Amino acid sequence: MDALRLPVLSVITWSPFVGALLIMFTARHRPRAVRLIAAVTTGVSLLLSLGIYVAYDREGAGFQFYEKVALVPPLGISYELGVDGISLLLVLLTAIIIFAGVFASWTVKVRSQEFYALLLALVTGVFGVFVSLDLFVLFLFYELAVLPMYLLIGIWGSSGEIRPRGIFAWAYRETGVGTKEYAAMKLTLYLLFGSAFILVGIFALWVHAGAGSFSYLDMETAVFAPGVQRWVFLAFYVGFGVLAGIWPLHTWSPDGHASAPTAVSMLHAGVLMKLGAYGIVRVGMGLLPEGAAELVWLVGTIACVNIVYGALSAMAQTDLKYVIAYSSVSHMGLVLLAAATLTEAGLNGSVFQMFAHGIMTGLFFALVGLVYEKAHSREIGRMGGFGRVMPGVATAFTVGGLSSLGLPATSGFVAELLTFMGAWRSEHRWWLFPAVVGTFLTAVYVLRVTKQIFWGPESPHFRHLEDARGPEWVALVLLVFVLVLFGMAPGLALGPVDTATVPLLARIVGP
Amino acid sequence: MRLLVWLPLLVLALPFTSFLLLAVVAPLRRAGRVAGAVGIAAIAASLGGALLIWNEGFRHTATWAWLPGDGGPMATVGLLVDPLANAMLVLVTLVSFLVQVYSLAYLADEPAPALGRYYTYQSLFAFSMLGLVLSPGFLQMFVFWELVGLCSYLLIGYWYQRPAAARAAVKAFWITKLGDLGFIIGIVMLWAATGTFEFATLFAKAQAHALAIPALGTIMFLIYLGAVGKSAQFPLHVWLPDAMEGPTPVSALIHAATMVTAGVYMVTRAQPLFALVPDVLALIGWVGAFTALLAATMACVENDIKRVLAYSTVSQLGYMMAAAGAGAAEAGFFHLLTHGLFKALLFLGAGAVIHAVGSNDIFRMGGLFRAMPQTGLVFLVGTLALAGVPPLAGFFSKEAVLGGVWAAHMTWPFVMLALTAFLTAFYMFRVVFTAFFGPATAAGHAHEPAWAMRGPLWLLAALTVLLGLRLAAGGGEAHGPAWLAPLSVGLALAGVALAWAMYQRGALDPRRVAAAFPLSVLDALARRRYGLDALYDGLYRGFVLALSRLVGWIDRYLVDGVLNVASAWTLRGGDALRRIQSGVPQDYVFGVAFGVLFLVVWARLWMR
Amino acid sequence: MSLGAYLTLAALVFAIGLFGVLTRRNAVGILLGIELMLNAVNINLVAFARFHGDVAGLVFTLFTIAITVAEVAVGLAIVIVIFRVRRTVDADRLDLLRG
Repeated sequence: MDALRLPVLSVITWSPFVGALLIMFTARHRPRAVRLIAAVTTGVSLLLSLGIYVAYDREGAGFQFYEKVALVPPLGISYELGVDGISLLLVLLTAIIIFAGVFASWTVKVRSQEFYALLLALVTGVFGVFVSLDLFVLFLFYELAVLPMYLLIGIWGSSGEIRPRGIFAWAYRETGVGTKEYAAMKLTLYLLFGSAFILVGIFALWVHAGAGSFSYLDMETAVFAPGVQRWVFLAFYVGFGVLAGIWPLHTWSPDGHASAPTAVSMLHAGVLMKLGAYGIVRVGMGLLPEGAAELVWLVGTIACVNIVYGALSAMAQTDLKYVIAYSSVSHMGLVLLAAATLTEAGLNGSVFQMFAHGIMTGLFFALVGLVYEKAHSREIGRMGGFGRVMPGVATAFTVGGLSSLGLPATSGFVAELLTFMGAWRSEHRWWLFPAVVGTFLTAVYVLRVTKQIFWGPESPHFRHLEDARGPEWVALVLLVFVLVLFGMAPGLALGPVDTATVPLLARIVGP
Repeated sequence: MRLLVWLPLLVLALPFTSFLLLAVVAPLRRAGRVAGAVGIAAIAASLGGALLIWNEGFRHTATWAWLPGDGGPMATVGLLVDPLANAMLVLVTLVSFLVQVYSLAYLADEPAPALGRYYTYQSLFAFSMLGLVLSPGFLQMFVFWELVGLCSYLLIGYWYQRPAAARAAVKAFWITKLGDLGFIIGIVMLWAATGTFEFATLFAKAQAHALAIPALGTIMFLIYLGAVGKSAQFPLHVWLPDAMEGPTPVSALIHAATMVTAGVYMVTRAQPLFALVPDVLALIGWVGAFTALLAATMACVENDIKRVLAYSTVSQLGYMMAAAGAGAAEAGFFHLLTHGLFKALLFLGAGAVIHAVGSNDIFRMGGLFRAMPQTGLVFLVGTLALAGVPPLAGFFSKEAVLGGVWAAHMTWPFVMLALTAFLTAFYMFRVVFTAFFGPATAAGHAHEPAWAMRGPLWLLAALTVLLGLRLAAGGGEAHGPAWLAPLSVGLALAGVALAWAMYQRGALDPRRVAAAFPLSVLDALARRRYGLDALYDGLYRGFVLALSRLVGWIDRYLVDGVLNVASAWTLRGGDALRRIQSGVPQDYVFGVAFGVLFLVVWARLWMR
Repeated sequence: MSLGAYLTLAALVFAIGLFGVLTRRNAVGILLGIELMLNAVNINLVAFARFHGDVAGLVFTLFTIAITVAEVAVGLAIVIVIFRVRRTVDADRLDLLRG
C-alpha cells in the first residue's frame, strides 16, 4: 500500500460518503443508478479493507496506514487516522456488512435515493469511528453514525404492535409504544444520552492530560490520577455501553432493530453495537487502564446479566425480529464479558465475537428481511414449513443460528470458546457459568425458532413464497462464507488482533 | 511410508471434499443418485485408506497451530493415528460405506433433491466422525463432537416436514448439548490449569505424576458429562429412542455404530486421565451398569422394532461405559467395535423389514422368515451376537466386559450387567419370535429387498461371524474367572428360552406375566420411560419457558416500563407547561411584572 | 419638593400603566398603558438628572421620547394590520402564540 501513496483509510472512510453525495445529486429518479453507485462505493471500501487486511504488517503491529492533518491546532484537534489489529478487523466487518446490506435492501422502493444516501453517510461515520485516532474527530464520526438512524427508522421502518400491560400500561398508551416513530425516537434519545457521557469523558481526558491534544496517541502517554480514571471510565462505560446494549439500558435495541428496515438493522446490530464495545475497549480500557482494572467487575457482572437475560427474553418473543434483536443483547453481553476478563484469550475472544456476531446478526436480519418481504409477517406462530419453499433462506438461517449457539466450524464457536477460556482464567471464574448457560439458552431459542419457521408441515398460506433472488444471494452467500471461513481458520482474524490485544492488556494488568 | 503420513489426512479429506462438492455445486446435489455416487465413491476410497492404515498398524501425530496467542499457538489441530484410532477408522468408514450403499435403495423413492441433501449430510457426518476419531486433543475432539451432533440433528430431521421428526431432532440436539456444556467447561478448566488441550502433553504429565490439579476430579467429571449426553447414559439417554424418527440407515450409522459410541471412545482415549480419579471412574462404571439395566427393561416393553434396538443400543453403551469405569477400557472398546458391526446389521435388517412391511410395530409383523429368509437369517445372526451366544463376536466382547467389571470388584454393577445380559437375550428374541416366526399377519406381500440393501447385510453378518470365529480360534483370552463364560451363555439361553416360551410357544401369557406383582410396577414404569421424558418436558415447559416468559414480561413491561413512564412524564410535563403559554400578551406581562416584584422582594429580604 | 415625591409619582404612573396593560382588552388601550409606563421612566430620568446635576438623564429622556413615538407608530400600525386581518383588536382573542 505504501507504494501507492494512497490515504487508504480516508478512501475507505469517505468512499460511501462520496457515494451518498453522488446519489443525491446525480441519480434522481434512477433507482438502478442509485444501487449501482451504492454497490460500487461500498465495494471500493470492501476491496480496500481487504487490501489493508492483507497488507497490515503483523510483525510491526501498532497503528498503521497512519494519516494526520491538523484541523484546529490551538485546541489540538486533528484529522488523525490509523488502524491496529482490533480496528482492522472491525473495518473489514463494516465493509462486509454494508456491502451485503446494499444488496439485501435492493428491493427498497420508497424514496430509495434518500434511503441509500443516508445509509452511506452513516457508514462513513462508522468507518470513521473505527479508524480515528483523534478523540474529537472520533466523536464527530460517532454522531454521524448515530443521527441518520432517526430518519432511516422513522421513514423506512415498520411498526409492530405491543399491547399496553402491567402497572405502567398508561405510559404505553401515551408514548405510542410499538410504532416506528416511537422506536426511532427511543433509539436516538438513548444514543444521544450516551454520547453526552462520552463527550464529557473526552473533555475530561483532554483537560487532565494537559497536553492540549485530542490525539489518542498523546493521551496514551499521559498519566491520569486514579480518581479521574475511575469516573471517566465509568462515563465511557455508560456512554458507549448504551450503544453496546448493556442492561438495563438496552431496551432501545429490540424496538429499534425490530422497526428498522433490513439494511439498517443489519448495520445497526451488526456494526453499530460493536462500535459501543469498541469504544469501551479502545478508549475506556486503552486510555484508563487503572480505572478499567478497578471496574471490570461491574462490566463483567452486567455482561453476565445481559447474556442470560437477553437469551431468556429472546426465547419469550413471538416476533422474529425481536428474537434476533434480543439475541444481539445477549451476544453483546458475551463481547463485554470477554473484554472484562482482562486476559489475552478473553480480549481476543471479545474482538472476535464483535466480528462473528456482526456477521451473524447481519445475516439474520438480512434473512428476516427476506422472509418478511415475502411472507408479510414477522409472527413466528403464523409461519411454518418454509424450508420447502425457500431452502436457500432456510440453510442460511440455520448456519447463522448454529453460529450464534456456538457450533464449531462457525465463527461463533471460536468467539465463545475464547470467552470461556478467558473467563476461567480471569479473577472472576464464576463468569464462565452464565456464559455457558447463555449458549445453551441460545441453542434452545434458535433451534425452536428454526424448527417453527422452516420445519414442520407446509402451510397452505405460504405455498407461493419464493427463495432468495439474484442480488439477495450476494448478501447471503458472502455472509455465510465469511462466517464459516473465519470459524474454520480463526487464525486469519486472530493473528492481527493478538498483536493489538497483548500490548493493550500489558497496560492494564502489566506484562 | 511417506504415503502413509498423508493417508490419514486423505481419509479425512475425501468425505469433506464430497461434502463441499455436494453443498456448493447445487446441480450435482439436486441430481440425487449422482450425489449418492459421489458420496459413496469418497467414502469407499476412505475405507480403502483406513484399511491400509489399519493393516500397517500405523502410528503418527501431527499438529498445526489453530488459535494464536499465549506466546505460541493457544490451541492446535492435527491428527493422531494410533491403534485405537485405526480400529475406529475402519469401523466408521466401513459402516458409513455400507450404510450409504444401503441408503441408495432404501431411500430410492425420495425426490432427487432430498436424496442429494441426504448424501451431503452423510458426507459431512463421515468427515466429522473421522475428525473426531483422529483428534489429538480435547479441543479438536469437541469441535468434531459438536459437528457429529449437528449431523445427527440434521439427519434425524431429514423428514423435517413431519412434526415428530422435527421435535426429535431438536430434542436430540438440546439433550446432548446439555452434556456438552459439561464437556466444554471441563476442557476449559483443564486448559486453564495446564495450558494445553493436547492428549500427548496431558498424558505425559499424568504419567509423570505432574498433573497435581486440585479440581481434577471435578474436571474429569465434567468432561465425562459430555460422554453422558453423546453416549446416551442415564439420565441423558432420553433423546436416543426419539432419534429413531430419522431414516433407518441413519439410525444404523449414527445412533448405533458410530456417533453414540463417541463418548466411549473419548473415555477410552482419555483413560490415562480418568485413571487418576478413581471416584469418577467408579461413577462411570455404576452409571454405565445402571443405564444398561434400565434401558434393557424399557426395551422389553417396546413394540416399535427400531425403538427396541435403540434401547438396546443405550443398554450396550452402558456396557461399554461400565467396562471403561472398571478400568477395562480395552474391553469396552472391543465391545464398541463388535457392537458396531452387529448393531448396524440389526438396524439395517430392521430397515429391510420396515421397508417391506411399511410399519415399525413388531406385532404387525409375523412370519417374516418365510417371506424374506435372507433378511431373517442375517437378523438372527445379529440377534445371536447381541445376545452373546458363542461363537459370535458379541459373546467375546461381552464376556470381556463382564470379566473386567468383576475383576474391578464392582459386584453390584456386575450383577446389573449380568441381569442385562439375560434381558437382552429376552427382548431381542421377543422381536425375532414375534416378527419373523409365529403366524403371518399383514406381511403377506413382504419380499426380500434390493441387492444394494442385501449386500451390506450379508457383509456385516459375515464379518460378525468371521470375527467371532477368529476370536474363538485364537482361544479367546481368558477374561475372568472360569465360571464367567458358562454364566453368560446360560443367562443368554435363559433369556431366549423365556422369550420362546412367551412369544413362540405361548406357554406363558405375556400380559399375565406383566401383571404379576413386582413386574407390574416395573412394567408400568418402563412403559412410562420411568417418567424421565415427562420430567424433561416439565423442566422445559415449567421452568425454562416459564422463566423466559417472565423475563420477557419484565423486560417489556417493567424495565422498559420505567423508561416509558419517564417518557410519559416528560410528555405530560410538557403538556402542563404548555398551558402557561396562553398566547395572550397580557399574561406574559403579568408574569414579567410579578417576576420582577418577586425578585425585588427576595433581594430585599434575603440577599443581605 | 424632594426626590422621593418624584419617584412616588413615577411609581404611581408606572403602576397605573401596568394596570392598564394587564386589564385592557383593547389593543389600543394596551398601547396607551405602555405609553404611561414609558413616561413613568421618563419622570424618573428627569428627576434624577435634576437632583444629581447630571445632564445624561435628560439626554436619555429625549431618546426615550423619540423611541416612544416610534413605538406608538409601529404599535398602532400593527394593531391596524391585526384589525384588518382578524377584524378585532380584542387582546384575549389574539392568542395565536398559545402553546
